[in-house]
Amino acid sequence: MTTTTPQPNVSALSFSRTTATAVRVLRQLRHDPRTIALMIVIPCVMLLLLRYVFDGSPRTFDAIGASLLGIFPLITMFLVTSIATLRERTSGTLERLLAMPLGKADLIAGYALAFGTVAVVQSALATGLAVWFLGLDVTGSPWLLLLVALLDALLGTALGLFVSAFAASEFQAVQFMPAVIFPQLLLCGLFTPRSAMHPVLEAVSDVLPMSYAVDGMNEVLRHTDMTATFVRDALVVAGCALLVLGLGAATLRRRSQ
Amino acid sequence: MMNISPPRPPGEPEPESGPAVRAEQLTVVRGPRTVLRGLGFTVPRGRITGLLGPSGCGKSTLMRAIVGTQAKVTGTLEVLDRPAGDALLRSRIGYVTQAPSVYSDLTVRQNLEYFAAILDPGRAAAARRHEKVTRAIADVDLTSHADALAGNLSGGQRSRVSLAVALLGTPELLVLDEPTVGLDPVLRRDLWALFHSIAAERGATLLVSSHVMDEAERCHRLLLMREGEILAQGTPDALRTRTGTETVEEAFLHLVDEAAAKTAAGKEAVR
Repeated sequence: MTTTTPQPNVSALSFSRTTATAVRVLRQLRHDPRTIALMIVIPCVMLLLLRYVFDGSPRTFDAIGASLLGIFPLITMFLVTSIATLRERTSGTLERLLAMPLGKADLIAGYALAFGTVAVVQSALATGLAVWFLGLDVTGSPWLLLLVALLDALLGTALGLFVSAFAASEFQAVQFMPAVIFPQLLLCGLFTPRSAMHPVLEAVSDVLPMSYAVDGMNEVLRHTDMTATFVRDALVVAGCALLVLGLGAATLRRRSQ
Repeated sequence: MMNISPPRPPGEPEPESGPAVRAEQLTVVRGPRTVLRGLGFTVPRGRITGLLGPSGCGKSTLMRAIVGTQAKVTGTLEVLDRPAGDALLRSRIGYVTQAPSVYSDLTVRQNLEYFAAILDPGRAAAARRHEKVTRAIADVDLTSHADALAGNLSGGQRSRVSLAVALLGTPELLVLDEPTVGLDPVLRRDLWALFHSIAAERGATLLVSSHVMDEAERCHRLLLMREGEILAQGTPDALRTRTGTETVEEAFLHLVDEAAAKTAAGKEAVR
């Protein structure tokens, strides 16, 4: 600040405003223990279920389990963020915040930070459970699994924020899940290798970020070292997350039409 | 009371430095509709100006234009000597929307703490923020509910939380959209007393909208609106005297009839 008076500091990104926003979002969550429990417990239960569904073929569990470790945070964060930002838009608090000296980047980074924290806890528990208790056989480091999971969570947050601009109600917001997530789920290589798909679908899957998330997980599964493919996958997911976050920022309008 | 914290920008407050809000040929288009048509008015500093008119006459749109959250605004609109919507105005204006805009899943205090951290960020300001939050809660008489979830409060209490948020930044201009709607008479009286003390003690300017005409008598000055136009402006006394009526409500009706007669006469002349 150049002046001695507390002039509004409307910079692009303010550390204290971002952390204040993240703390606020986490406090909101804390008043909703059921949501926290669901976010944390469901991925673990699903993995447990999956382990015994593939009781006879542990190799299949390895492949699908690792992929799911990347997909869970994406889906959870997508749902939570799209509803949370939709509420922010409809309750008038967004209008109020944007009439204050808050940068849009502060708000978005605050959300990403808060839900990123939740995602770390969620992924750490799910990964720990899978690797140490359910016998998920990972060749590479579990830390790399966690890294991809975190990037996936960011991508989910970004997508959720973006689609909330196009939803007028919670009903619509929830419907965006099948619209945005399911096609990626089908094409990401979880059900069948992408190379075995119809060439058109394979080409489509090449431009969907979830494909890279699942690829990255599989790289960790099969290789001891950080491969070039893994680095590419991680960068693609991170890049997509940032791109969509930028698009999401553009949908936060200071002025109503 | 005032000026303990924070230091005001130099050269301020200056009640003599022109009106708080000045509009000329102000027009706003929302979708296919022209909501405000060539408005011209001023809002004096340090006073309570009532913005009165029936529902749907454009009061909220005008308020959004003043706080800078309305698109498609043409004409002149100056707020605290700056063009409306200027980023530097954001911390100088407090705005309370019609629907209480607070987080229902946070307590009253947590709501205020968050907005205070946006207005006055940083660890160094923590003590000052705490003091402001406590004062704002006391101002709207919610001290006993400070740790209740906003979602569990009654509608009137929630709108007071929303008002408390606007009081946080010690704003020079407070724009309040129907702050007393749905409140019981005692609370309404208390809120108006609070508005008067804010204007008197802090020298703040208040622009308060209402569609209830009996609230007009509590304002220093009035802007009467109808169908996107300003019907009249002046003190309640001046309006009553000019129209030869007993109450502002009668004055308003008189002005509406007068305007209708004028339009009819205009049409007649065109023929």
